[in-house]
Amino acid sequence: MHARHIRKERLIGWMFASCGTLSICVTLGIIAVLFWETIHFFHVVPLNEFLFGTKWTPLFSEKKFGILPLIAGTLLIASIAMIFALPLGLLIAIFLREYAPPRLRRLLKPVLEILAGIPTIVYGYFALLTVTPVLQKIIPSLAGFNALSPGIVMSIMILPLMISLSEDAIHAVPEHLRAAAYALGSTRLQVIFRVVLPSAMSGIVSACILSVSRAIGETMLVTVAAGMRPTFTMNPLVPVQTITAYIVQVSLGDTPTGTLEYSSIFAVAFVLFVGTFVLNIIAQKLRHSFRFSYA
Amino acid sequence: MHKFADRMFITLSLAALMFTLLMLFALLVDVFVDGVTRLNGQFLTSFPSRKPEEAGILAALVGSVSLITLTAAIAVPLGVGSAVYLEQYAKRSRFNALMDINIGTLAGVPSIIYGLLGLALFVRVLALDRSLISGALTLSLLILPIIIIASREAIRVVPTSLQDGAFAIGATRSQVIRRIVFPLALPGILTGIILALSRAIGETAPLIAIGALTYIAFLPDSLSSPFTAMPIQIFNWVSRPQEAFHANAAAGIILLLAITLLFNAVAICTRNHFYKISAHCS
Repeated sequence: MHARHIRKERLIGWMFASCGTLSICVTLGIIAVLFWETIHFFHVVPLNEFLFGTKWTPLFSEKKFGILPLIAGTLLIASIAMIFALPLGLLIAIFLREYAPPRLRRLLKPVLEILAGIPTIVYGYFALLTVTPVLQKIIPSLAGFNALSPGIVMSIMILPLMISLSEDAIHAVPEHLRAAAYALGSTRLQVIFRVVLPSAMSGIVSACILSVSRAIGETMLVTVAAGMRPTFTMNPLVPVQTITAYIVQVSLGDTPTGTLEYSSIFAVAFVLFVGTFVLNIIAQKLRHSFRFSYA
Repeated sequence: MHKFADRMFITLSLAALMFTLLMLFALLVDVFVDGVTRLNGQFLTSFPSRKPEEAGILAALVGSVSLITLTAAIAVPLGVGSAVYLEQYAKRSRFNALMDINIGTLAGVPSIIYGLLGLALFVRVLALDRSLISGALTLSLLILPIIIIASREAIRVVPTSLQDGAFAIGATRSQVIRRIVFPLALPGILTGIILALSRAIGETAPLIAIGALTYIAFLPDSLSSPFTAMPIQIFNWVSRPQEAFHANAAAGIILLLAITLLFNAVAICTRNHFYKISAHCS
């Protein structure tokens, strides 16, 4: 081969390599940016107050930076979403894999993909202007902004993810395990509950964790429908604020760089990032261990 | 008894399925009924306004189209290039494993955090301000993991026998990539790109974080021009108390849904077509 060719090949190789390392740079960039501003924040606000304070009033004259109300709001909505999404998602996934005829499955898959493709701002509109008024007829004490309605709508939003990941996990259970159980005289439900689900458990747990992580990071739906009042409560009927909604609230105002409000969005984002990052890593580890156990 | 339990389970599953489909149906019908009367020529060709009946989505529509074109121009070469590197060049398994985990977790990072990265990096440090290019760069970083993951899967299923054959008759690696890997992986890569772009069109949070404006009465004319986008305009209309603005939001949503669903439909068709072909090959 000519030297010119070798040089060209090497150049192309380097070009691809520089693209390849970009994703590592993005991760490092995120960590660096969040870390940098968060340090500024902790020069002023003591870590103790931030982690254990129960009042979040950065836009008042008497500023208090206790993140617990935001975490409570975030977890409250995510829990409501999971209360609905977990049983619905599992039932539908089992049904699609173990009961539904292939034709029905082929018909339903695109519908679920439509659900997954709807922008979150649309779910926000739906929660605020349709679901909340309907719920208010059933529960008269429900406030116009509340955690319940975005929680329910969020369960529909994360359902496609929950279903497709659980379906993969159920599908990966080897056919011979089912066959063996049937040969011993098990009924279909026994096979599902005693063989398929236990074997697919780590995959299903991984699906749940990823869904929770998705729910925690969701922004527009909760910004539109849950209100902007950070309340340290587990009451689903009153307005709450999530971490993500707080970031949007500050971003909408014209907060100058270097102010405490400005660095506070990075501090809460850091908490959010660490939370979702840990959840995602656990979910990936679980899925890998699951994949290898039947390889 | 067993039959009964079985039937109960099926009924329960069907109920769950019906509930989900019903919610989807309710959402679509609701938005359609609220917005369809506002979706006219005036709405499509007007700038935002304080009067709901005079307001339109023109600036946001043009903003979204420019934003997505730019985002595609930035993210597609980088994402596909990354995927080629990881599948064709990177051989050290430990590094590869780290990249796998990294890209997987990046895909799960909440979009608002990409917005803060964009705010600090592009808007402040690189001083690009709240411009179209800042928005496009931010969205590019956001969809990069999606493009990489989809492209890697498409590249991975290209049969090694074909590549080995090409190497055996003296092709270089770049020739193998260009002549064998790319053509065969193209449908899969395209599907991934379209899905990623459809995600980018609907993204609101990262654009708000970098400070995209909600009231823009002109069209973006350069990379450094301020901009707005459809989801931001919709958000702005939803969060106003007057009901007339909600109709505008619904009309905007119909348009946004039409575009994203069209993208998704194209992606699904590309993929199904591709599966049929690959089924023929094997």
